[in-house]
Amino acid sequence: MSEKFDAIVVGAGPSGNAAAYTLAKAGLNVLQLERGESAGSKNVQGAILYADALERMIPDFRDSAPLERHIIEQRMWVLDDESFIGTHYRSEDFNKEPFNRYTIIRAQFDKWFSGKVQEAGALVVCETTVTSLLRDDKNRVVGVQVDREGGTIYADVVILADGVNSLLARKADFHPELEPKNVALAVKEIHFMPQEVLQERFNIGEEEGVVIELFGKITNGMMGTGFLYTNKESIAIGVGCMLSDFKDQKTTPYALLEQMKAHPSIKPLLAGGEMKEYTAHLIPEGGYKAIPKIVGDGWLIVGDSGMFVNAVHREGSNLAMTTGRLAAETVIEMKEAGKDMTAANLAEYRKKLDDSFVIKDLKKYQDMPDIFHSNRQFFTTYPELVNRSAHSMLHVDGVDKKTKEREIFSSFKQKRSLFGLMGDAYKLWRAFR
Amino acid sequence: MIKVEEKLFQNRYRVDAGRPHINIREPEICAHECKTQQCAVCCPAGCYTLEGNGRVVLIADGCLECGTCRIICDEHRNVDWEYPRGGYGILFKFG
Repeated sequence: MSEKFDAIVVGAGPSGNAAAYTLAKAGLNVLQLERGESAGSKNVQGAILYADALERMIPDFRDSAPLERHIIEQRMWVLDDESFIGTHYRSEDFNKEPFNRYTIIRAQFDKWFSGKVQEAGALVVCETTVTSLLRDDKNRVVGVQVDREGGTIYADVVILADGVNSLLARKADFHPELEPKNVALAVKEIHFMPQEVLQERFNIGEEEGVVIELFGKITNGMMGTGFLYTNKESIAIGVGCMLSDFKDQKTTPYALLEQMKAHPSIKPLLAGGEMKEYTAHLIPEGGYKAIPKIVGDGWLIVGDSGMFVNAVHREGSNLAMTTGRLAAETVIEMKEAGKDMTAANLAEYRKKLDDSFVIKDLKKYQDMPDIFHSNRQFFTTYPELVNRSAHSMLHVDGVDKKTKEREIFSSFKQKRSLFGLMGDAYKLWRAFR
Repeated sequence: MIKVEEKLFQNRYRVDAGRPHINIREPEICAHECKTQQCAVCCPAGCYTLEGNGRVVLIADGCLECGTCRIICDEHRNVDWEYPRGGYGILFKFG
C-alpha cells in the first residue's frame, strides 16, 4: 500500500466510525484501520446507545441498526450489604417514537456502523494493528506504520480513535501514561435467558428495556458504580471502580462482580440465566481536567483516547461519536479551504468541541472526580445510613416514630458530625451545580 | 474462591502462540523490589499469579486487553504492553 490517503482513521469504535463515515460521506479518500477481526471484536461497552449523536449522522439508523430495547425505565439503587433503597423513573413518554436511548450489543452494533462507513465509500481494513505514527523531519504526522509487510501508509491527516489506552499517542509522546486515578476498570458479564422470562421479571413489553444503576456497598468502599441493562434476550451486568482504588485493596475485579451478583436484591434478576461472555475494559473518567492535547501537526484525537467520557451521566459513546464527527468536519473544512493540516488550523476542532455539549458537560463536572476521590463516605457511610434509616422506619416494633427519627438523626451525626453533614451537602452541591 | 478460568472459558480467543503481547521487563524487579504486586490482584483475567518464592508469573493467553496491568505498574514501569498482532487476541462475541 503506497497510496496516499486524504485521511487515515485508526480504530473502528463509535468515534472512529463517526469520523470515517463523515469524511467518506464528504467524498474524502479515507482509510480506516482496525486491529480486530471485524469492527467491534475488540470493543466493550455496557451498552447504552444515545440516539441523538448517531441520528445527526445517520437519521434513519433505526431502520437497519441492531438495537436491543429502548429504555422506558431508569432505576437507581443505593445498596447496603443486604438491602437497597432507590428511585425508579418510568414514563410512557419513553414509549413514544423516536426513542431516545437503546440498549445495544457492541460487537453487533459496531459491525453495522462499519458497514455504513464502507457504504459511504471508506476503505476499511481489519486485522491490522497500527504500530506507530510516521513523522517527517519537522515532526509532523504523515501516516502510519502497520504490522503487515510493507505496512507504511501515508495520509494528510491521521485521526486517532484507538481507544482508552491510546498507545499511539503515548509512543509518539503526545501524552504521558494514563494515571490510575483517571481510569476506571469495569468488568461485565452477559447472561442469556428467554425473552418472556426477562420481560416478566422486569415488567416490560416486547421492545421495552430497563436500566439499573447501582451504587454503595457493592464497590467495597471504592469509588465506582454497578449497572444492569436489559437486552432483547440477555442481561448485561457489570461493576467498575477507579483503578487507583483497585490498586489499594485485595479484592479481584471478578470477585467484586461475583459479590455484587450474589446481593439478595440482584441475584433473583439473574436467576436461570446462562453466562456467555466475560469482559473487562478501562473507562477514562478523569474528566475535564484530564483531557490531553487533542490536536497537533497532522493528527487529531477523538473518543476515549481523548478522555471524552461523562462519568457522572454514564455517557461515553455519544461523546465519542460527536468528537469523531466534529474532528472529521474540521478536516473537511481545511481540505475544502485548501489549508494544511497543521496544529494551528486543526485547532478549529477544539473550538467546535468547546461549543458543543461535550466540553460544556465535562466542564460542569470538572470537580467531581476530586471530590469523590477524597470523600469516601459517599460510597460507604451514606448508603449504609440511608438504608438503615429506611429499615428503622419500616420495621414496626412498638417504638414511636419520633424516637426513631431521633435515633436516625443521631446515627448520622455520630457517623459524620453536624459539620461533616453540612460539608458533605456543600461538596455535593458544588460538584453538581 | 472464584475461578476466573471458568469465566474466561466462555470467551473466544485467537492466541498468537509463542508471541505474547505483554511481557514483564525485569522479573527481578517484581520479585525483589515491588512490595505490592498488585497486578496479581487487579488483572481482571488473572493473567498474573504469585509463586511461593515471591516471583510473579505472567501468562497472557486469557488477556482481555484492558491495559490495567500497565497502568497500575506506575512505580516500576515494568510491563511491556503492546496490542496483539492484527486479528489475534480476544475476539469479543458481544462486547
